Amino acid sequence: MSQVPLERKVLSENDRIAAELRARFAEHGILCLNLVSSPGAGKTTLLERTLEGFPRGERVAVLTGDIQTDNDARRLARFGFPVKQITTAGACHLDARMVERALEDWRLEDVNLLLVENVGNLVCPASYDLGEAAKVVILSVAEGEDKPLKYPAMFFRAELLVLSKIDLLPHVPFNMASARENAQRVRPGIEMMDVSCTTGAGLEKWREWLEARRRAIRREPANQVR
Amino acid sequence: MHELSIANAILDSVRAEGARRPGARFVKVGVRVGELSGVAPDALSFCFEALVKGTDLAPLVLEIETRPRRQRCLECDCIFPVADFDVTCPDCGAAETRCIGGDELEMVYLEMEDHEPSAA
Repeated sequence: MSQVPLERKVLSENDRIAAELRARFAEHGILCLNLVSSPGAGKTTLLERTLEGFPRGERVAVLTGDIQTDNDARRLARFGFPVKQITTAGACHLDARMVERALEDWRLEDVNLLLVENVGNLVCPASYDLGEAAKVVILSVAEGEDKPLKYPAMFFRAELLVLSKIDLLPHVPFNMASARENAQRVRPGIEMMDVSCTTGAGLEKWREWLEARRRAIRREPANQVR
Repeated sequence: MHELSIANAILDSVRAEGARRPGARFVKVGVRVGELSGVAPDALSFCFEALVKGTDLAPLVLEIETRPRRQRCLECDCIFPVADFDVTCPDCGAAETRCIGGDELEMVYLEMEDHEPSAA
């Protein structure tokens, strides 16, 4: 028997496409965020609140992934910004090729914020780089505060944790302090914020975070070439 | 359950390697799976076996080496595996440590039969 060393990433093809996407986003000064959560944590609702806060003409676009139906795209298209549904037909995650294909007929010149709503799933989307600048993980208080410990791969890769549905706190046994502590154990230094899309609490902070990240992208040298 | 697509990606790599080495008979492929990779080793083995069965690659075996999360202490520079999400340095007690591994999902090697003159 003889051995051939390989030393390459299993998902090297996905990573290659993701790297190309990342370069294109940088070239066009686009902030791309990959929103991940379990099903029902409120990704689409957070996107609705986000889009409704933008003035007409804002250069924002949304890709939304689901295994079936274009319900989310229809919910999000009401706000007048470009929205495209990626239907994975069974796949439990988005991959870089799906994002690349979805962007084929869009003019990236017209976009500087691309919000990608991944398939609701705290496991599989962790393995697939989509070329995003950051993953944002959403955890609703209707879930368990130990989710970060149960799904460390996802929380480890997220830069921001949005604790959602905080208007439900009086009705559910969710321990905010313990949820935050668990997230910090998995990813020390993870940014965190609390949001209710029903009452609007925390949405201002979320928008400020988005704007700060967009400004940071625009300041990067690659994007100052005109 | 994305282990099926992961297993498929591994087989794609094996086939690509096979195309580069005509006549090679692969018997084992080694992969490294970190605990932060988001891939469950058991599920990956199961999917791999299911995909290989009945194909020209059978009976190719998948060998998985699992890797724990590893941190480097920013104070004393020691490297330690993490158990139970405790990232404080076991040597000097510093809280400031940086993750330096554990999210691997890599192909490591392919084992193949040596070419021998076929027995009559």
